Amino acid sequence: MNSPVEAAVAVGTEDRGAELREHYLNVSYGVKSWLLTTDHKRIAWLYLVSISLFFFLGGAFAVLIRLELMTPQGDLVLAETYNKLFTMHGLIMIFFFLVPSIPAVLGNFLIPLMIGARDLAFPRLNLASWYIYTFGGLFTLGAVVAGGVDTGWTFYTPYSSTYANSHVILTALGVFITGFSSILTGLNFIVTIHTMRAPGLTWFRLPLFIWAHYATSLIMILGTPVLAIAILLVGVERLFRIGIFDPALGGDPLLFQHLFWFYSHPAVYIMVLPAMGVISEVITCFSRKRIFGYTFIAFSSIAIAVLGFLVWGHHMFVSSQSVYAGMIFSFLSMLVAIPSAVKVFNWTATLYKGAVSYHTPMLYALGFIGLFTIGGLTGLFLASLGLDVHVHDTYFVVAHFHYIMVGGAIMAYLGGLHFWWPKMTGRMYPEGWARLSALILFVGFNLTFFPQFVLGYLGMPRRYHVYPEEFQILNVMSTAGASILGVGYLIPMVYLVWSLRYGAIASANPWRATGLEWDTPSPPPTDNFSTTPIVTREAYAYSLQEAERVV
Amino acid sequence: MRYNLPLFPPQASTIAPQVDALYYFLVAVSAFFIVLIFSLVIYFAIKYRWSAPRKGAAAPHDNPRLELLWTLVPLALAMVIFGWGAKLYFDLNRPPADALEIYVLGKQWMWILQHPQGKREINELHVPTGRPVKLTMTSEDVIHSFFIPAFRIKMDVLPGRYTTAWFEATQPGEYHLFCAEYCGTKHSLMIGKVVVMEPVQYQQWLDGGIPGATVASGPPEARGAALFEELRCATCHRETIPGVMLGPSLAGLFGKPVRLHSGESVIADEAYIRESILNPAAKLVAGYQPLMPTYQGQVSEEGVLQLIAYIRSLGEANEEGRR
Repeated sequence: MNSPVEAAVAVGTEDRGAELREHYLNVSYGVKSWLLTTDHKRIAWLYLVSISLFFFLGGAFAVLIRLELMTPQGDLVLAETYNKLFTMHGLIMIFFFLVPSIPAVLGNFLIPLMIGARDLAFPRLNLASWYIYTFGGLFTLGAVVAGGVDTGWTFYTPYSSTYANSHVILTALGVFITGFSSILTGLNFIVTIHTMRAPGLTWFRLPLFIWAHYATSLIMILGTPVLAIAILLVGVERLFRIGIFDPALGGDPLLFQHLFWFYSHPAVYIMVLPAMGVISEVITCFSRKRIFGYTFIAFSSIAIAVLGFLVWGHHMFVSSQSVYAGMIFSFLSMLVAIPSAVKVFNWTATLYKGAVSYHTPMLYALGFIGLFTIGGLTGLFLASLGLDVHVHDTYFVVAHFHYIMVGGAIMAYLGGLHFWWPKMTGRMYPEGWARLSALILFVGFNLTFFPQFVLGYLGMPRRYHVYPEEFQILNVMSTAGASILGVGYLIPMVYLVWSLRYGAIASANPWRATGLEWDTPSPPPTDNFSTTPIVTREAYAYSLQEAERVV
Repeated sequence: MRYNLPLFPPQASTIAPQVDALYYFLVAVSAFFIVLIFSLVIYFAIKYRWSAPRKGAAAPHDNPRLELLWTLVPLALAMVIFGWGAKLYFDLNRPPADALEIYVLGKQWMWILQHPQGKREINELHVPTGRPVKLTMTSEDVIHSFFIPAFRIKMDVLPGRYTTAWFEATQPGEYHLFCAEYCGTKHSLMIGKVVVMEPVQYQQWLDGGIPGATVASGPPEARGAALFEELRCATCHRETIPGVMLGPSLAGLFGKPVRLHSGESVIADEAYIRESILNPAAKLVAGYQPLMPTYQGQVSEEGVLQLIAYIRSLGEANEEGRR
């Protein structure tokens, strides 16, 4: 007996014709056909390849960090090197992997398909976004090659503007430039979602993936310019000694923190909102059920995007900001937690009386719910003023945001990549290996980051090259977990590449999912749909009866 | 490697048990929700697996009342956590009027702590139990953060402005003092210890007067060695952590030429060493940063002579300074 989904995978062989049929991958060949493409699906691949390179570079830095922290002494690398490692790890993972990950790869590929459009509203602008991203990335890589930067990814002044003796300007330029890619992508998504929906696809029939990307795009457009300004001002102060942040020149160092976190807190939602969108798609498909509380989830994305702009001061509770400002930021931070909690409850309720199967994307989605719950709850510790004073800038914070960004965003990214892999490539990945690596990642992740909560409460500060002996055992646990985590990331890398050539042929809709993207062949033709689809029903029109028939 | 697994830092201030109480509450709330979500997810995933027989009405996909409930319950809990945390924060930000005042200066990469009676300490802070201590802090260069985990206090130390923090220690003992805001290359060496003493011992320590008076007899180099420890010169001039030294080694220094930052060279004689103690920036050794604070007023002329005698003695026994 096969699960409804497996039954569909088995009949996938019907579509042998994919080899002969013209689709977006075989329509043209050669480097030029890729580098000058305006097809959103090909641009998604350009992003996929570039962010994967950055991911493994950022990951290599993380490996060195964890190895160094295995012993209390600074015996593997020099202090200067260590500081550059955690700086480059943060910069690369945030600006060059996490921020573009789901939006620029999955969003780019899927938004037009999901709304029944031929492409994004501005295809050439979409290609330009990738070039801008790459150009910014080259500056950052240049900074790495030239010797690195040691300001921390947060660029706190006056250290970054006056005291650091590393490649601050080069790196700042890289981040500054890449920001424009983010702004243009957001703009493209918003215009596309507003103007290019298929007939009958009303706002409340949109997949939640689209709602999540809409909310994300708002943040990209409104937040990124502020980061660009902050980074530019650091450069101006550093190069021309114009006093903006350095008190020795008449500036105010806290001004930088306000500007920086005004973007960088919402940036967390740039990483996690699309992840939530992916989870909503995957949970419904593998429960064969409509999502529980569609409207609540849709509006909670918008609520998170709006409230997310009003909580930046919770990064500054011990910065000497006014006690009353601290209270307001703490209060608003508590509020922003609620829409996230609602989503978790709704996903859980979606499983209720469903027909649940445990395919790889679903394992990632269930793992996401667990890890995101832990990440979200520990956020309350940090939003709570009196407690934050103790745990601020300790490993508690490191653990918390890795639970959100790695446990949340990366798990969802991998889950989404597996879910839509058949659509993107026309091939299935090996299910056994995929389930195994999802499991390895879950175990490795928890072993790496859970001990860090304890370390943080014990008082181990972040960004310490050497540390007191009593913290060693927890650090050794964390490093052990990281080695498992590393293996968990390498396995998918290998079998996904393998599947491009040797994977089983995928049908148009191997998961029997309901989205419009599954109504077109895998891989889709360049124009996405042979005839414009007309939408007559709501999203996630799964039915248990259909599931039973297949069984 | 120590194999015991610590879970909580020592509780050594009046505020620490209060912060821990909020922490326990949050751990309990989190544990409740984590267990709830994990068990529901696992239970549903198994009970409603695709192969399980299906019976009863179709599954609901909406229930505004239920959704309102699970919006409002977390909201109420969040408000409790907010109120509790805010109250503690207010307490942490309001030093009592009768507090002992200590000035803190942060600089790359050391803490300088000035007692009102004139005693000055480096990377070490002596305080009595049972008396509130108010810290008024500033930085000479970048942003630092004054963090004593055992007291559950932390406050950023900024250039160009004064910040304050306060605590009342309850348990005698030695506790970590950390810099918690990344401040450059040797950020993780900007650490020290807080020595909490019973009031009587604290008074004795305070009455120790100007350093150097404590070892009244013995040869000058022995008295200099004691003074060297007391003034915490070893923080920078001895290899406490393998491979890492903030200042130049003093072993075998006396009488030898020293290359300076300016490119010149000087002989390390008595006059040079005296000047380096009292006005360290005057002749900066090549390859080092101007970290050392002045000891003008902190050590008597007699003390300087004893220190010179000690440093001179390091010339003969080369190992001494590298210990």
